[in-house]
Amino acid sequence: MKIHQLSLFLENRPGAAAEPVRLLAAQGVNIRTLMLADTSEFGILRLIVSDWRKADALLTAAGFVVNVTEVLAVEVADRPGGLAEVIEAFENTPINIEYMYAFTFGRQDKAVLIFRFDKPDEAIARLREAGLNLVESVEVYGGLAG
Amino acid sequence: MTGACEILATRFHPASAPDYVPVPHLRDLQLSRLQAVVWRAYRNVELFRSRLRQRGLDPDDIRSLEDLARLPFTVKADLRDTYPFGLFASPLQDVVRLHASSGTTGKPIVVAYTQEDVNVWTSVMVRTFAACGLGKGDIIQNAYGYGLFTGGLGAHYGAEGLGATVIPMSGGNTDRQIMVLKDFGVTAICSTPSYFLHLAERAAELGVDLRELPLRAGVFGAEPWTESMRRHLEEAAGIQAYDIYGLSEIIGPGVASECACQAGLHIFEDHFYPEIVDPATGEPLPDGEEGELVLTTLSKQAMPIIRYRTRDITSFITEPCPCGRTIRRIRRIGRRSDDMFIIRGINVFPSQIETALLAVEGTLPHYQIVLTRQKGLDEMEVQVEVTPEVFSDKIGALEQLQARLLGSIEQVVGLRAHVRLVAPHTIQRSEGKAKRVVDRRSE
Repeated sequence: MKIHQLSLFLENRPGAAAEPVRLLAAQGVNIRTLMLADTSEFGILRLIVSDWRKADALLTAAGFVVNVTEVLAVEVADRPGGLAEVIEAFENTPINIEYMYAFTFGRQDKAVLIFRFDKPDEAIARLREAGLNLVESVEVYGGLAG
Repeated sequence: MTGACEILATRFHPASAPDYVPVPHLRDLQLSRLQAVVWRAYRNVELFRSRLRQRGLDPDDIRSLEDLARLPFTVKADLRDTYPFGLFASPLQDVVRLHASSGTTGKPIVVAYTQEDVNVWTSVMVRTFAACGLGKGDIIQNAYGYGLFTGGLGAHYGAEGLGATVIPMSGGNTDRQIMVLKDFGVTAICSTPSYFLHLAERAAELGVDLRELPLRAGVFGAEPWTESMRRHLEEAAGIQAYDIYGLSEIIGPGVASECACQAGLHIFEDHFYPEIVDPATGEPLPDGEEGELVLTTLSKQAMPIIRYRTRDITSFITEPCPCGRTIRRIRRIGRRSDDMFIIRGINVFPSQIETALLAVEGTLPHYQIVLTRQKGLDEMEVQVEVTPEVFSDKIGALEQLQARLLGSIEQVVGLRAHVRLVAPHTIQRSEGKAKRVVDRRSE
C-alpha cells in the first residue's frame, strides 16, 4: 500500500542529476517516476524505482545521501475537479499534504498522483473513507497494468 | 572518571619515571639544563650569539629559570631565513637524522638530530604512549606519514621503544588501513584526528564496525581538534582518543601528551621548558592565563631552540593531575594564533565555526570556510556537507537547517555568513592535516 520513495541530495550544478540516474540504469534499476525539487543552490531528487532496496544500497555505496520515505499513490479522476476531490478529503483534518507530484503513467480515465503525507497511516484511512482508490505498491514498482 | 584514572595510573612504564619527579628536583634539573643549552647555542649558533650580544647579555646571566624571560624569542621565520643548516649547533658529521617541514610558503624548515637527540625523542614518545595506557603486548598501527614529516618516524621509534608491536602503515590508502586494522588485531592507532575521522567514515561505508575490533586507543595529534570531535571518535570507534602534542621545530611529536585522565596534556618539561606569553606583547603571563605557548629545548644538541613562539594558544592547568604526574599540564590546544583570520575587522577562529556547527547538528560535519572579496567587501561562506542524519526529503527542512546553521554562526562569531549545503565527499579530505580555511580574497 505504502510506496518507498528515495530522495537524494544534489548540488545545483550541471550534470548533478545525471550521475545517479546513469548509475541506476547501468545496474538495471528502472526509474518509474521522478521529481526534482530545487532551490538556487541545491535540489532534492525524488525517485520511485522498480527495486528501492537495491537502488538505496547502490546510491549509498556511491556516496549519495539517500533518504527513504513512505508515500502513497492515489488514483485521481482525469477530469476537472478530480484533484480537488482528493485535496478536499483532507480539509479540516489534522493530516497535512507535504507535497505531491504526478506519476508518469495514468490508466484509462484515471491519473495517478504521488502524495507525501505527514501521517501516512491516517491518510490511508481517510482516503478509503472518502472512497478514493490507492494504487498497490507492486503495481507502482512493476509498471501499471492495462 | 577519577576511578578509571587511578586504576590506569597503576600501569607504570619505567621510562615514565621522569613524569613523577618531585617539583623542586625538576626545577633544579631544568635550570642546569637551561644553562648548558644556552651556552651551547651561544657558542655554536651565530644568530643566537649576535642577538644576545645586541641585548648586552651573556649566557652566565641565566641564574634562575625566571631569567629565561630575558632571552630573545625564536620564530619560524628564523628557521626559514637560516635554511638549510644555519641553526645547527653540531657539526654535520654528528647529525644522524634530518627532517623537514613541507613549507606552504617558500622554503621548508630543516631540523636535525644527533644520536642523543634521537634517543631523547624516542624516550619522550615512549612516555607519550605509556601515558595513553599502552605498553608491551599492544599492536600499534602508525598512520602518521613516514618521511620528512616528523610524525611517522617519531611515533615509530617511540612505539618500538615501548616494546609494542609496530605496523608502519604511514598515511593514506584507507581501505588497506582498515583491512590491517581488522586482520592484525590492532589495539591502538596513531594518526591525525581528521584522518581517523575519514577512516572511521570509510569503515562504516565498507560495513566494518570498528567498535567490534580489539582497537581500544587512538593517539591523535598534529592538528587542533575539539572535545566534541573526541566524543564523536570515541563513540564511533569504541576507543579512548588521546590528544598528543608536538612540533618539528622542537623535536616532533612527544612534546606533551594526555594521560588516562584525558584532562590536559602533560609537557615533558624535563626536556621542553614551557612558558605562556601574551601573543601581542610577548610578556610572560601568570599561571592559568591563556596565551601563546613558548618552548625551549633543554637537552637538544643538534638544534637547540630557545624560546620558540609556537603560535599555539593554551594555558597552564594549575591543579595537580589525579594521575600523580608532577610535570605541568596545558589545556588542549583549540586554536592557533595564526589560524585566526580577520574578516570585516572581526577575529575568527575555525574552532568557533566548529562550535556553531556542532550546536546545530550534534556531531561535526565536514566543513570548509571560504573567504572571498566581492565588490570590495569580505564575504565568508561556510560549506557544510549534508549527512544522512540531517537530510530530509523536504526542501523546507533543508532550508531550515541552513537557516539554523547561519543563525548559530552569527551568534558565535557575531557576523553574518553564507551557509552552503554541499553533497557528501565534495569537500577535499585530508590524508594529513585538515584544510579548514580557503582564503581567496587576494585572487
